[in-house]
Amino acid sequence: MMRFLLLFSRQGKLRLQKWFTPMAEREKKKIIRDMTSAVLARQPRSCNFLHWKDLKIIYKRYASLYFCLAIEDQENELLALEVIHRYVELLDKYFGNVCELDIIFNFEKAYFILDEFLMGGEIQETSKQIVNRCIESSDMLQETMEEYMSKPAF
Amino acid sequence: MSDVVEKTLTALPSLLSLDSQPGSAKLSSTSKLGNLIRGITELTSKHEEEKLIQQELASIKEQVSSPNTSMRQMKELMVRAIYCEMLGYEASFSYIHAIKLAQQGTALEKRVGYLAVSLFLNESHELLLLLVNTVLKDLQSTNLIEVCMALTVVSQMFPKDMIPAILPLVEEKLNHPKEIIRRKAVLALYKFYLIAPNQVQHIHNKFRKALCDKDPGVMTASLHIYAQMIQEKPEGYKDLAASFVAILKQVVGGKLPMDFNYHSVPAPWLQIQLLRILSLLGKNDQRYTSEIMYEVLDESLRRAEMNHNITYAILYECVKCIYTIHPKSDLLEKAAKCIGNFVLSPKINLKYLGLKALTYVVQQDPKLALQHQMTIIECLDHPDLIIKRETLELLFRITNAQNVTVIVEKMLDFLRISEDDYTTIDLVGKVAELAEKYPSECWFIETMNTVFSVGGDMMQPDIPNSFLKLLSEGFDSVEEDKKLRLFAVDSYVSLLQGEPDKLPQRFLQVISWVLGEYSYLKEELQPAAVLRLLAKLLDTKNTSSETKSWILMAMTKLCDGEAGVSVAQEVSETYSSSLDTVLRQRAHELQYLSQNPELRSKVLPRDAGLEVDSSLSFLDGFVSEALAAGAAPYKPPHQRQEELAQAKALSLEPYGLSLPISMSSCSIADRQSPTLLSISSGLSGDSTDLSLKGGSTTLKLDGVKRVWGKEGYLAQREPLEEAAAQVEVPSPLRSPSQTGEADNSHSQTPIPIPTPEPEQEKQQLASSLFVGLSSHSSVSLMGKSEPTPQRFRRKAKSPSSSLDASERISNSLVSSTSTVDNLLCDNLLDTSELAVPSPSLTSQLSQSLTTANGSFDVQLTESDVKGSSPTLVRDNGVAVPLSGLSHSEITPLCSDQSLDLSVCHVQKEEYLALVSCVCDSAVQELRSLGVAVCQYSLTVKRPSVHVEVVGMVSYQLPVGTHQSVQFSHKLPLTSFIRPLTVSTEEYGKMWLDFTNDTKQNLSLISDGQESLTATLNVLKKKLQLHVVEIIGVEGIVACRLHQDQPCLMHCRVHAGTLAVWLRSPVPDLPDCLIYHCQRALQEH
Repeated sequence: MMRFLLLFSRQGKLRLQKWFTPMAEREKKKIIRDMTSAVLARQPRSCNFLHWKDLKIIYKRYASLYFCLAIEDQENELLALEVIHRYVELLDKYFGNVCELDIIFNFEKAYFILDEFLMGGEIQETSKQIVNRCIESSDMLQETMEEYMSKPAF
Repeated sequence: MSDVVEKTLTALPSLLSLDSQPGSAKLSSTSKLGNLIRGITELTSKHEEEKLIQQELASIKEQVSSPNTSMRQMKELMVRAIYCEMLGYEASFSYIHAIKLAQQGTALEKRVGYLAVSLFLNESHELLLLLVNTVLKDLQSTNLIEVCMALTVVSQMFPKDMIPAILPLVEEKLNHPKEIIRRKAVLALYKFYLIAPNQVQHIHNKFRKALCDKDPGVMTASLHIYAQMIQEKPEGYKDLAASFVAILKQVVGGKLPMDFNYHSVPAPWLQIQLLRILSLLGKNDQRYTSEIMYEVLDESLRRAEMNHNITYAILYECVKCIYTIHPKSDLLEKAAKCIGNFVLSPKINLKYLGLKALTYVVQQDPKLALQHQMTIIECLDHPDLIIKRETLELLFRITNAQNVTVIVEKMLDFLRISEDDYTTIDLVGKVAELAEKYPSECWFIETMNTVFSVGGDMMQPDIPNSFLKLLSEGFDSVEEDKKLRLFAVDSYVSLLQGEPDKLPQRFLQVISWVLGEYSYLKEELQPAAVLRLLAKLLDTKNTSSETKSWILMAMTKLCDGEAGVSVAQEVSETYSSSLDTVLRQRAHELQYLSQNPELRSKVLPRDAGLEVDSSLSFLDGFVSEALAAGAAPYKPPHQRQEELAQAKALSLEPYGLSLPISMSSCSIADRQSPTLLSISSGLSGDSTDLSLKGGSTTLKLDGVKRVWGKEGYLAQREPLEEAAAQVEVPSPLRSPSQTGEADNSHSQTPIPIPTPEPEQEKQQLASSLFVGLSSHSSVSLMGKSEPTPQRFRRKAKSPSSSLDASERISNSLVSSTSTVDNLLCDNLLDTSELAVPSPSLTSQLSQSLTTANGSFDVQLTESDVKGSSPTLVRDNGVAVPLSGLSHSEITPLCSDQSLDLSVCHVQKEEYLALVSCVCDSAVQELRSLGVAVCQYSLTVKRPSVHVEVVGMVSYQLPVGTHQSVQFSHKLPLTSFIRPLTVSTEEYGKMWLDFTNDTKQNLSLISDGQESLTATLNVLKKKLQLHVVEIIGVEGIVACRLHQDQPCLMHCRVHAGTLAVWLRSPVPDLPDCLIYHCQRALQEH
């Protein structure tokens, strides 16, 4: 089971946080601090895994953004790496050539995609098409077409 | 209505695709969020950011509370509030508005509302209750998206005690026509199962339906629940193994829609989940279940050929599965090859996983490590600490008597550079474990010194404790003990002469104890010198007061001779006015004892050995007196506190729900903190943790050879360690294929061709690390390898026989009324004719039994009292139901000139029959005359250590005078204990239900392999307990006081003692029972 997912920039700025188990606010802050410092301190050509207390931290860097996923001890590290990758693929498909700015400015969308992909700490949907279809359909229901078109691109 | 929605839903994507890029980024540069973000990026200091955010929050606050704000604007505001919170600024004013938005908004607004709620609020937040209604409404909505949102939020955070409110609705969704809803419903139920398993118990058959769902997504989701349930109780789901195998076959064979492919691998997540379930089912299996898996595992190994992370993930899971289930040789061979590919891979992630796989399998097949020794050596010097750490974990598992020094050295090296506390604590524990397992003189002390100074005050407290215990109990040879202690004293004195203020407090405590106890062994060392060293320590600023009292205690043991006394006086003067009461006490002790050498040698005898009577049996007499005088039985502190809390606190839980809630809360605590050593989880018997431990202890078995010769090995160890240190020099990198070849050759013959210098060193390191792993080890650098048994062995513990248990039933009253005994026995065992009562004896005899002292509630079921009729009866019937049952010895109770009263009890299934016998002592010689037998059945209302029956016999002599005799009889609680036959599953269920518990360490009766079984058998025999099951080092035992007063006992062998945990629904029962267990074991 996954415990949490954090996205942060190379400067250690948090971009997205998802907690799959309840946790106190102070604990969260501490974890975020620990994770950013531990992950950012990693040397190049090290492995993508870390230990943190009884959890395993799987991280991967995409451009300027670090994805950092905590899993329980018996989980498969490589698979977790692919979970991150699939999420990036999903973001890419939705935003079209995703970059950090997309996630900063539309972080709520990134959350929605994540919610369709993972649920309660487990993989919910592995099919790319279905996840995006869900997001798009719910997008459409409340944003009228004109509103969609009138929004200038960044 | 729902049809319409569905149609729009399906039509929408195509509509969207008219747009150039369907979901492409719509960044609104004009939006307020955009402005905020841009504003922040332009700032230069943290202070400015704070100012800006405060402004922003103020404006958000103003707008959210304005009544004119539309839901659309509210959505915008919420997004901004989320952003501020993400930056670490609190926006608690917006929480209630987030809930409002989720309630009142439509579609996207609602979604943002739900998102904000899930980000803002914690599971225990009180505002969350306001959300329940919204969720209920949305679950019933005809709009699919609203249902989806509700299910999503429910699986993220939902107050545990509100689950029953929405459960029926979620259950209903399992039959929804849309697969996405079914899938989300299954996952929501999975979440419920995790946080409150007993609340979803009734829908287990619906999970089966989900497993058979036509949509693979729903089926996949249901596997999460199954994996969890199977993990908890594998034997209940063995019948499903064939179905899981069939599903896996189809998946591997590519029968699923292309949609499920990931990088052209069919449904990898599903595959891995299935493999994991299979290995859970096949664990500890007797062939049958495993057999049906072999084919599909083989197929999986074969199919996963592509060079991609995801295939490696599947392979890794396959290998683990193959090594978990009942073994099959050709699969094992393939799996071993597979591990080789991992280990030799140039990709560091795969190498890491290879090491993990090796660690996992090496317990079964240590030779596998031998094959890869060179790679392991390379990993040991890897610049990445994580890889290094994993390698040490592997080495820890292959440690034996021959390689322990090298491996421990490596671990200590790592400890010195590691900065992570968690790793340090873990590794320090492992080093201490190894050092204690293979102790050898100075190496042991040196290693423990490093452990103490590196581990500092973070390490587990049992490490110093068991070290001191080992030191004081000693080993087989007195000579060796002395050497060991002398060495310890030597090294500690030199440490104290150095810079003692840098040492951690725990270490200082160990040092002062050892010096106090053993510094006399070193004759040339003046006690005054040691005293001065200790006194210096006392003056150090950062010495904690706990350490100070250890030091003062040590000084008390040492203050010998004139110089010593003067130092002691000085110190005690300083501390005798200390504000710390413990210190003050110690100082006074020191002062007094230093002036009274005779008293001191009596109180603190030198070299007396450490004897701890953990059961405090010397207090038994005192306790039973106090109990008899009406004192309340002892309650352990945790229980007292619990009761206090219960008495004080208001119960906030609704009455109807209170039980399931408390149960689920305990189960979630288990799940959230897997690090906690929870005994209840160990109950399942085959948790991985347990099996790992078992594995590590069995490692000792193979080829234990003598390595610590006085000169031989130690002399050779030096260059080896130097070599190890030098290996850090980067060696020419070799391609994996080369390494593979090299390894293959090394594993058979040592160093066939001349190799470059660093290689040579690695070879040496390798041979020292992997020595003793294969039975015909050809890589033995050590000249001596004669198989002598391990030299140090712990002394067999002699049972402390300090207790003399003859005080309970006083025999002073025995008047050897053998006739009575015979009579009673006759009466009990066969139904021989009883004598005609002598008419001369009584015209009236009445017995009254009363409960004693109020604290012992003996329920006298008067209706059951047979034979209490006023006249002596000739009652054969009394004995009939009792014949054939075991009975206690007949105990004389009291006698006067005309009457003898004896008693004996018979243990019946549901109660204790007390048979008392009255006989006229005047007519004793006339056998079978003047005897009356009365029978009472006793049950215990409230448990206590002993139950006392008090009674009075009054009778009338023919002469007409009334006489009465008082008597009392004490019965141990054990007479009321009966075995309780339950299965392990029932036991597990009951365990969670019971609230009153007690924990204690008991002594094992023997030190051998079967000590647990032997101990439990003694308990079984003496206390009539039922041994439910013995799993490895743990055993579970059950008994009951009556039909409905069970008591469960969980025993675990730990560090030479038996850690016992009792639970029962009856408050005092565990405490009373533990007392009797102690007694039973001591008397054995």
